Amino acid sequence: MTNFSTIIPRLFESFQLNIQLFFLTLLFSLPLGLFIAFGSMSRFKPVAWLTKTFVWIIRGTPLMLQVIIIFFAPGLLDMGAPWGSGSSARFTAATVAFVINYACYFSEIYRGGIQGIPKGQVEAGQVLGMTKGQIFFRVTLLQVIKRILPAMSNEVITLVKDTSLARIISIKEIIMMAQEYTAQGLIWPLFSTGIFFLAFIGILTVLFGRLEKKLDYFKVL
Amino acid sequence: MALLEVISIEKSFGQTRVLDGISFTLDKGRALAIIGSSGSGKTTLLRCLNFLEKPDRGRILVNDELLFDAEDALTQRESDIRRKRLNFGLVFQAFNLFPQYTVLKNVTLAGELLLRERGKKQADAADGKQIQDEARALLAQMGLTGKEGAYPHQLSGGQQQRVAIARALALKPKILCFDEPTSALDPELTGEVLRVVRSLAEKKMTMIIVTHEMAFARDVADEVIFMDEGMIVEQGPPQSVISNPREERTRQFLARFSSEA
Ligand SMILES: Nc1ncnc2c1ncn2[C@@H]1O[C@H](COP(=O)(O)OP(=O)(O)OP(=O)(O)O)[C@@H](O)[C@H]1O
Ligand SMILES: [Mg+2]
Repeated sequence: MTNFSTIIPRLFESFQLNIQLFFLTLLFSLPLGLFIAFGSMSRFKPVAWLTKTFVWIIRGTPLMLQVIIIFFAPGLLDMGAPWGSGSSARFTAATVAFVINYACYFSEIYRGGIQGIPKGQVEAGQVLGMTKGQIFFRVTLLQVIKRILPAMSNEVITLVKDTSLARIISIKEIIMMAQEYTAQGLIWPLFSTGIFFLAFIGILTVLFGRLEKKLDYFKVL
Repeated sequence: MALLEVISIEKSFGQTRVLDGISFTLDKGRALAIIGSSGSGKTTLLRCLNFLEKPDRGRILVNDELLFDAEDALTQRESDIRRKRLNFGLVFQAFNLFPQYTVLKNVTLAGELLLRERGKKQADAADGKQIQDEARALLAQMGLTGKEGAYPHQLSGGQQQRVAIARALALKPKILCFDEPTSALDPELTGEVLRVVRSLAEKKMTMIIVTHEMAFARDVADEVIFMDEGMIVEQGPPQSVISNPREERTRQFLARFSSEA
C-alpha cells in the first residue's frame, strides 16, 4: 500500500469539513432552537401556529432535499447570489440548511423539556418575587438542561453523521473524497471513513457522559 | 387596625364560580385557619392573595394600602405585582424547593437576587453575609442545623417542607400563607412541620393556614373560617367554629372528619 500515506492525510483534511459543518451548525442552531421553542409556545396563537407549521415542514422533509433547495433556490428564483460563489458558497448554503434543520429538532426537545418542568417551580419563583428572566435562568434552565441532555446527545450524534449529506451539493467532505478512490478501484478508503466517524462520536459520547455525571448531584421531579 | 383586608373576592374558571364573594380581615400577629371540603376554593383564595390568580372582582388591602382592585387597572400593573407579592409568603403543599440548589441557597436565592437588583454595589458583601446569617438562623429555628449543604432530594418530606418555610420567611413577609403544608407528608412526618408552624404562631407571625388537621387548627388558630362552594359559611374562634359550630353545613363537614379519624 504505497498510497496509504497520501490517502489518509487527504481523508483527514476532508473530514475537517465535516467537523466545521458540525460545529457551525451547533453554534447557530442551539440558540436559534430556543427562539423557535419560545415561538411555538407563544400565547399569541398566530405565532405559535406559524412556528409549528414551519417546524413540521422542516422535520417532515429530508435534510438532503433542504440542502439542495437552499443552495439552488436563490439562482432559480433570480435572487442573486446570497451564498457568494465557488466552494465557499456551497459550504455556506449547506451550513444554513443544517442550522435551520437542527434548530427545528432542538426546538422540539427544548419545548418538551421546558413544558416538563413542574408548574410549581415557576410559581415558587414568582411568589419569592423573582422576575420572569430570573425564574428562567436561575430556576428552570438547569433543570431543563438536565432533562433534555439524553435527547440532545442523540441529536448531536446524528448531526455528526448527517454532515456527510453535504456531498449532495458537491462539498468534498470525507465520504465524497473516499468515493473518488473507489472510482479508481480502491475500496478501503471508503471503509476507513467509518473509523473517523466512530472516533469523533466516541469523543462526544464521553463528553456527554461527563456532562450528565456533572448534573447527577441533583434530581428533577 | 386590620393588617389584611379582603373584600368581596370573586373568581371563576370558565363557567365555574370558585370564589363567590369572600370577605374577611386579619389582624397583625393572628393565625387564621381555613377549613373546608375539597374543591371549596381554599387553594384558589391563597393563590389570589399571592397574585398567582387574578380575581374577577374584589379588593385586597394590606396595612390600608390597596394592593389589588379588580375595577382599577392601575393596581394590576405587572411591574408592581412583584413588589406587592412580597407582602405575602406562600408555602406549597408540594414544597416546590429548587432541586439544583442546596438548602442554604434555596433560602438565600431570592433575597440575593433582590439585593443585586437594587444595585447596592458597596454594601454587597456585608449584605450578602447578612442574608446568609439570617438564613442559617432561620434554618436553625426550623431544626435544620447541619443540613445547610444538603440538596432537597437528600431530605425527607418533613425536612423539605421546613426548608420551604424558612425560604418563605427569609423575605420577611407580613403574612405567611400555608396550603395544606402537611398533606403531602407521611403521617409520622406531619408532627415536625406542625410544631414549626405552632412555634411561628407563638412568635406572633401573621398566618393563614389552609389545613385538614382539625385538632391542629383548634389548638393553634386564633380564628377559623369554614368555606364551602366558594363562600364563607362560618367564621369565628376555633372554640365555636370547630368545637361548637352553628351552621348545619359546618357540622356535616366536621362530622365527616371525626368519622374518618
Ligand atoms: N386553573 C384552574 N382551572 C380550572 N378550574 C380550576 C383551576 N383551579 C382550580 N379549579 C377548580 O376550582 C375549584 C376549587 O379549587 P381549589 O383548588 O381552590 O379547592 P380547594 O378548596 O383547595 O380543594 P382541596 O381541598 O382539594 O385542595 C375546583 O373545582 C377546581 O377544580
Ligand atoms: Mg387545595
